[in-house]
Amino acid sequence: MISLYKVSYKNILRKKTRSALTIVGIALSAWVLASLMGFNKGYEAALNKDIDNMGFQVMLMAKGCPYEAATLMLKGGTGLRYLKESVVASILSEPEVERITPMLMQAVFDPNKGESGGISAYLGVDPATFPNMKTFLEFKQGKWFTDPQSFEVVMGYESAELEQREVGDKLLIPEKNVELTVVGVLKRTGTQDDGTIFLPINTVQKIFGKEGEITSVGIKVKKEADISKFEERLYTIPDVQVVSLAQVKQTIMNLMSTAKVMVFSIAVVAILIAMVGVINTILMSVFERFQEIGILKSMGAMPGDIFKLIWIETLILCFLGGVAGSTMAYGLSKVTEILVRKLLPYAPTGSLIQLDVKLICITLISVLIIGLISGLYPAWRAASVRPLESIRSDIN
Amino acid sequence: MTTDQIRINSTDTIDIKTDAIGIDSANTISINAQNLKKIYRRGSEEICAVNEVSLEIKKGEYVSFIGPSGSGKTTLINILGCLDNPSSGMLSIGQKKVFGEGKPLSEKLLTKIRRELFGYIFQKFYLIPTLTVIENVLLPCIFYKKEVADIKINGNNSDVAAMQRGAALLEMLGMENRMDHLPGQLSGGEMQRVAVARALINKPEILLADEPTGNLDSARSQEIGRLLRELNRKEQLTIILVTHNPELAKSADRIVELRDGRVFV
Ligand SMILES: Nc1ncnc2c1ncn2[C@@H]1O[C@H](COP(=O)(O)OP(=O)(O)OP(=O)(O)O)[C@@H](O)[C@H]1O
Ligand SMILES: [Mg+2]
Repeated sequence: MISLYKVSYKNILRKKTRSALTIVGIALSAWVLASLMGFNKGYEAALNKDIDNMGFQVMLMAKGCPYEAATLMLKGGTGLRYLKESVVASILSEPEVERITPMLMQAVFDPNKGESGGISAYLGVDPATFPNMKTFLEFKQGKWFTDPQSFEVVMGYESAELEQREVGDKLLIPEKNVELTVVGVLKRTGTQDDGTIFLPINTVQKIFGKEGEITSVGIKVKKEADISKFEERLYTIPDVQVVSLAQVKQTIMNLMSTAKVMVFSIAVVAILIAMVGVINTILMSVFERFQEIGILKSMGAMPGDIFKLIWIETLILCFLGGVAGSTMAYGLSKVTEILVRKLLPYAPTGSLIQLDVKLICITLISVLIIGLISGLYPAWRAASVRPLESIRSDIN
Repeated sequence: MTTDQIRINSTDTIDIKTDAIGIDSANTISINAQNLKKIYRRGSEEICAVNEVSLEIKKGEYVSFIGPSGSGKTTLINILGCLDNPSSGMLSIGQKKVFGEGKPLSEKLLTKIRRELFGYIFQKFYLIPTLTVIENVLLPCIFYKKEVADIKINGNNSDVAAMQRGAALLEMLGMENRMDHLPGQLSGGEMQRVAVARALINKPEILLADEPTGNLDSARSQEIGRLLRELNRKEQLTIILVTHNPELAKSADRIVELRDGRVFV
């Protein structure tokens, strides 16, 4: 038996190209919507993971000291300022501290690096505390050095590739003419650690003549502790700069929220365009079928029947578009991710777009609601066709 | 299946449910029009398309309307067929006064009257091109299924009954082999026969045909003429036909000629 749904569905098949184009329009906006929501979810999760991977939430360093490897390289390894090693013991007594590790960053100019030489950075870490703080670091080869006085290095994934070193190879520090033995190579982490060369902190102090000095302190705060109160207290230590990763995250999230508003506006515009497309398609098909609708009414169709007929048509279009768009968003999320990464000034390492069944459902429901709204006017227009109009237009 | 089983409008199947609209069809349905008038305004100009027309059509009668173009034939039968309100005058169908009691009827009420009593065919066939022949015939059943004796005989499944009836109608019209074809695969005459089947699916009391052969050649026109004649004779179907074709008009019991909106005697 024929049903209203079948009539609606077959009406859509009448103008295949037009219907297909409309569906593509809806699919594209569904794709944007789903990807955007997935991004919303994925970005923060990825950022949180990156921050967790740093192993500590608060970093302490001398005021005015560059703390990023990149900045250090730009400045050519100069401008480093130092903290006294004794600061570690005093911070450790604070009740909020779970773990603490001192670090000493040093850099030298290496004439053999690249085409015209470059900066090599060395990070002195405490073999007793640092590996415990960064338990997620995995080794491709070898393991951490254990003797705090040894002349041994662990190389990040990229630095090992660049220097072409494996476990057992020697590594020379230019200018200092010190030879070190590679004892470990890390797996890729996607973070700053990849480009770092790790040494025992005492060894770095000895080689560079910085006994008793450190450049930074990484602090892991207890879970239940009030970080902001703790940070306030740290600020009272003279000549110390506190870098809170919670703050860094907040800053990045703030930056992102502006970007998100932008992207969200684009999504809204895309949806509006799709909506106008749907209204246009359905309205055109209503106008084309004016006579036919009139005949349906002369057959006994009530305005409500015709309204439903046209509404169902709109819903079918939107449903197909929504399903296509969600599938596209899901299937192409890796491609979308590459595109998004190109556009973002800073992107965390994890998967940026996280789509799950819930988000896909939300997308589908949104698209269907859009369809319901878009269908209102054309359906109302069709419902108010009088049978006479169609028969009259026969004369013309 | 024979035409006997279809029995459109035969006396023993008229216990239709028309209480909702107050038309007592158990009585001999006839159309009674008194002083019907339809005035169209075009700017300041007034056109009296139907001017003081009074006439009566008996149940089972086959009447054809002829007259020059613009004489008001379409306007008149649209009013008789409850597709349009008259400007003034009275129309009753059976015992029920449709027009002439104050306010014009709402579109909804007109729809209820129409789907209960009328079937329409037009010059254009208005078949839905993406639906098959049988689907087109069954189209009115989506909106309304008249409770007729046949459907009770076939049990509670009104869908099955409607499909059987559709198939029987197509068989009667010689279209039983074309049921699953699309309208585009049919000739004009065949398409009009499908439109006739569609008009008859809900067992109307009255069939209204406005120039049903306007798009057909003379052979096909004669075919439709014979068909209408047969429906009228065998099923006692009341038929109101508008045509320019004098041959076709002659197949009716009575010919009414219109000129300038008036009945010309
Ligand atoms: N909606 C309208 N508005 C204004 N004038 C109309 C309208 N409908 C019909 N008319 C006029 O009413 C008159 C009668 O028209 P009608 O269509 O009833 O004639 P007809 O006899 O059916 O003609 P034909 O044989 O060409 O179909 C014509 O003069 C027509 O122009
Ligand atoms: Mg006409």
